[in-house]
Amino acid sequence: MKGDHHMILRVIAKCLIPLIVIYAFYVQFHGEVSAGGAFQAGVVLAVALILNALVFGLTATMRAVPPWFTRSLSALGVIIYAGVGVWAMLKGGDYLEYQALFGEGPGGHDGQHAGIIIIELGVLFAVSGALTTIFYALAGRVAEIRDEDW
Amino acid sequence: MILESLLVSAPDWAIRHAPVLIPVVPLIMAPMLALSPSGRLSWILSMVATAASFYFALLTLGIVQSTPGGIIEYWIGNWYLIGIEFRVDALNAMILLLVSGMGFLASVFAWPTIVAEVEKQKISLFLSAFLLCFAGLCGVAATGDAFNLFVFIEISSLATYVLVAMGASRDRRALTSAFDYLIMGTLGASFYIIGVGFLYAATGTLNMAELAAQLPALSGNRSVQVGFAFIIVGLGLKAAMWPLHQWLPNAYGYSPSFVTMFLAATATKVALYAMIRWLFTIFNPEFPFEQAIFTFVLAPLGIAAMVVCSFQAVFQTDVRRMLAYSSVAQVGYMILGISIATTDGVSAGLLHLFNHALMKGALFMAIAGICINYKGTTIRDFAGLGRSAPLTMAAFAIAGLSLIGVPLTAGFISKLQLGYALFEHGWWWAVLLVVFSSFLAVFYIGRILQSVFFLPPANPRKSRKEAPLLLLVPLWILALANIYFGIDASFPAGLARDGAVAALGLEAFP
Repeated sequence: MKGDHHMILRVIAKCLIPLIVIYAFYVQFHGEVSAGGAFQAGVVLAVALILNALVFGLTATMRAVPPWFTRSLSALGVIIYAGVGVWAMLKGGDYLEYQALFGEGPGGHDGQHAGIIIIELGVLFAVSGALTTIFYALAGRVAEIRDEDW
Repeated sequence: MILESLLVSAPDWAIRHAPVLIPVVPLIMAPMLALSPSGRLSWILSMVATAASFYFALLTLGIVQSTPGGIIEYWIGNWYLIGIEFRVDALNAMILLLVSGMGFLASVFAWPTIVAEVEKQKISLFLSAFLLCFAGLCGVAATGDAFNLFVFIEISSLATYVLVAMGASRDRRALTSAFDYLIMGTLGASFYIIGVGFLYAATGTLNMAELAAQLPALSGNRSVQVGFAFIIVGLGLKAAMWPLHQWLPNAYGYSPSFVTMFLAATATKVALYAMIRWLFTIFNPEFPFEQAIFTFVLAPLGIAAMVVCSFQAVFQTDVRRMLAYSSVAQVGYMILGISIATTDGVSAGLLHLFNHALMKGALFMAIAGICINYKGTTIRDFAGLGRSAPLTMAAFAIAGLSLIGVPLTAGFISKLQLGYALFEHGWWWAVLLVVFSSFLAVFYIGRILQSVFFLPPANPRKSRKEAPLLLLVPLWILALANIYFGIDASFPAGLARDGAVAALGLEAFP
């Protein structure tokens, strides 16, 4: 950080990043009743990290959120999603049958609520993890052949 | 008989959920492998996952054969008529069995060849991509929903691009071929989804059975016809139908040898299955525009593939590229069988699809064994290997003879069936062309075998070194299957016939 070259950028980014993260979670949890959902939330969450990387440098961001973490996060998301399906199966329902999650009768809606929220959480993990991983892979790529060698 | 005892011993939950568990088990296992710290553990888990899929595929086949009507319906999330349906009949059951069986054999022999060709820290991720690809292919074969089929195609294709690109550590050309495949594959998938969009606009449903029920009334509708064209071109790209096959030789030639074996045995087969499903079950071969497609598009393209690509195969110097061109030619046989549009023709195409998976699986597996010890894959590199690695090469020779269609091998049976079906249809000239292209196969397989068995080793200091046992066992299972199904073809021929009957919408198991 030499001098205050990008002072305005850094200050604004510092203000914006928490807001972006909060907005991501708003989209995530409000997705059930209004427009939006976990995919959009995941993208917004990843955008916060990407902005951080653009303004404060890739290495600093990678130290805060290491690549192995984002990769595992996306894998975990898939496991959560598919796991809900298997959970429903174990409870005697069909694959991904939310109604069966708590063994409710036809009137109950707890299973539907819980199922959709857990699954959206899985999507959030998978999307934000995958997008950040892709960004790291592209931004962190070192040219294998130097330009002079062409 | 084996199926019945499996059915009796299977727990209730397995029987109820078998169709959906075939893709779900590898789909769940794949992210777990991505988290797994050790490559060896990943390999064992991947074997467990593919073995489980194979078991459920056997169960599914058993259930299909013992249900009257021969159709299993499974609604994901129990959303009857509005959700995604998994619908398995005799046709899917056969493809599921083939894909999961080849996937299991592939994952068994994976370890030695992956260690030799893939960087150590990437093994877990590599196997994870393999399982995703496998799950996608199984999903395509199991689903009864047109859009869901697209999703599964994309799952398997995206994983395939990664797998192909992993060959870069051995040959940098893998990167460009993976990119070519990515562009072509994405085009194919987009064409497919555009076609599905047109059909959705016309019918308002994505469920295949529902589409099949609504389409006869709409066969004159222009958007239905356009949708049909898009879907056939899209799936044709995925199935490497000539002349949409340009991605295939490079993708097979430069990917890691394990990937080549798995793709050759499954990927194009699944796309062909999807094509049969669309041509016969969803659309009806009675539609006038579809009959025109059969006679004036599919049959000529199939014939062109088997003649032109056999010629191209003769002039290749790299064994893997040669066999890749031969794969396109074999796809030509299958498409020719399909284009007859009778039960005989489709069942000949399906039987060849099954047998071709056995042959190409064995051939590419033997090549993988050679790659471990001897690196090079040009015909010159293969000189004298018959003496250095007799077991591997004997299996290679058996599968090669089967590819030519020598009597007492599986390839002979399916070509014979194809010939019968063509004769019955009155296309005797096509039979001549089939025989002609088989002669070309004699040339290209003969070139390899001559080099393998009759030339002195290119490098005389090469010691006698056989492929590892882990590879030899699945290799010989495939090679012996080639001979066994050449002598007693009742099992695959029965599967193919039931599959064809189911595809054409007739009563499979009265």
